[in-house]
Amino acid sequence: MSEDQIKNLEAQFEARIERDEKIEPKDWMPEKYRKTHIRQISQHAHSEIVGMLPEGNWITRAPSLRRKVALLAKVQDEAGHGLYLYSACETLGVSRDELYEQLHTGKAKYSSIFNYPALTWADMGAIGWLVDGAAIINQVPLCNTSFGPYARAMIRVCKEESFHQRQGFEIMLKLANGTPEQKEMAQDALNRWWWPSLMMLGPTDDKSVHTAQSMKWKLKRKTNDELRQQFIDQTVPQADVLGLTIPDPDLKWNEDRKSYDFGEIDWDEFWQVVKGHGPMNKERMKARVGAWERGKWVRDAAMAYAEKKQARKEKQAV
Amino acid sequence: MSTKNWPLWEIFVRSKNGLEHRHFGSLHAADADMALENARDVYTRRNEGVSIWVVESKHITASNPENNGELFEPAQDKVYRHPTFYDVPDEVKHM
Repeated sequence: MSEDQIKNLEAQFEARIERDEKIEPKDWMPEKYRKTHIRQISQHAHSEIVGMLPEGNWITRAPSLRRKVALLAKVQDEAGHGLYLYSACETLGVSRDELYEQLHTGKAKYSSIFNYPALTWADMGAIGWLVDGAAIINQVPLCNTSFGPYARAMIRVCKEESFHQRQGFEIMLKLANGTPEQKEMAQDALNRWWWPSLMMLGPTDDKSVHTAQSMKWKLKRKTNDELRQQFIDQTVPQADVLGLTIPDPDLKWNEDRKSYDFGEIDWDEFWQVVKGHGPMNKERMKARVGAWERGKWVRDAAMAYAEKKQARKEKQAV
Repeated sequence: MSTKNWPLWEIFVRSKNGLEHRHFGSLHAADADMALENARDVYTRRNEGVSIWVVESKHITASNPENNGELFEPAQDKVYRHPTFYDVPDEVKHM
């Protein structure tokens, strides 16, 4: 194809997205669109998979059967969400094995929030309430994104995710209304998860390199700073219901903006964690790669058994 | 060591009797039985289905959107296939 032809195709492509048409896997697309989508969808999938690790540890330690079944269901959903997203990503011509390889070798990123430890039961509450809350804010606009398989996966994810946040809030509510020690535990979890949750919505707009392109492709409908403000504005009143204090002395209602002003985010910490120096980066990767390697014999045995069954069937047919 | 990877399967789910099976997504599984079981866990965790079909993805032949022009063009100029093409006086009811 000549350069002019490609330019022409690109213009038609951008116009389709502009008209709110969806792009499907077999449609022509610019190489950059394909690559950006593989990167974003796989990062998203990896985040769901690694996101199971901080919570998985608490399933056997849940304080009641009710809490245990809920947490188990939430972690199962995360596995499911990872799988929806991996298969959406594979429609772009990348294999599941390549995607796992990228995660396991550290080439691909996942949400840095999962590199913080889940120290107490209250962390299960804070993660559901804040981390899933921030994730929902990020994900809802993606239900309308331009790439069909991603949008369809996100619709399913968003439908399922709201229970995650509610079960987290319920845990916080129970603790906040419990003994002084329980309330303290809830406050401590909020203190530790608040700032990482704000960071989850991404670098500030002036530092975010992909925003303009992502807006055009509807991979983003609002900027990171807009999403962060939305998250803060909706979460502060929820903390009030809990009777807990957001750990930000600069947090203040701004009557002119009809929004909360908030304190400075420690972006050095964010970049440190992104670069692999968070408290749990090594631990998470070790757990993930270990699980993959320990499962290898099961995958191989299943394949060998499937082939044996198939061979037997073919022999009988002769 | 390179062993074969689990193939990809396309999953179709009937959400309730009376409705058609609809494409829900795909997943990897060693064989059809496992694809059915995995589909149950991945796509119907909340009673989304009463029946599941699984088809190995490689068995699906898809049209190429680049040929959409000639493939779908024949239907474009056949307005006479639609009821509104035919003139019927206003006083004729139930038609």
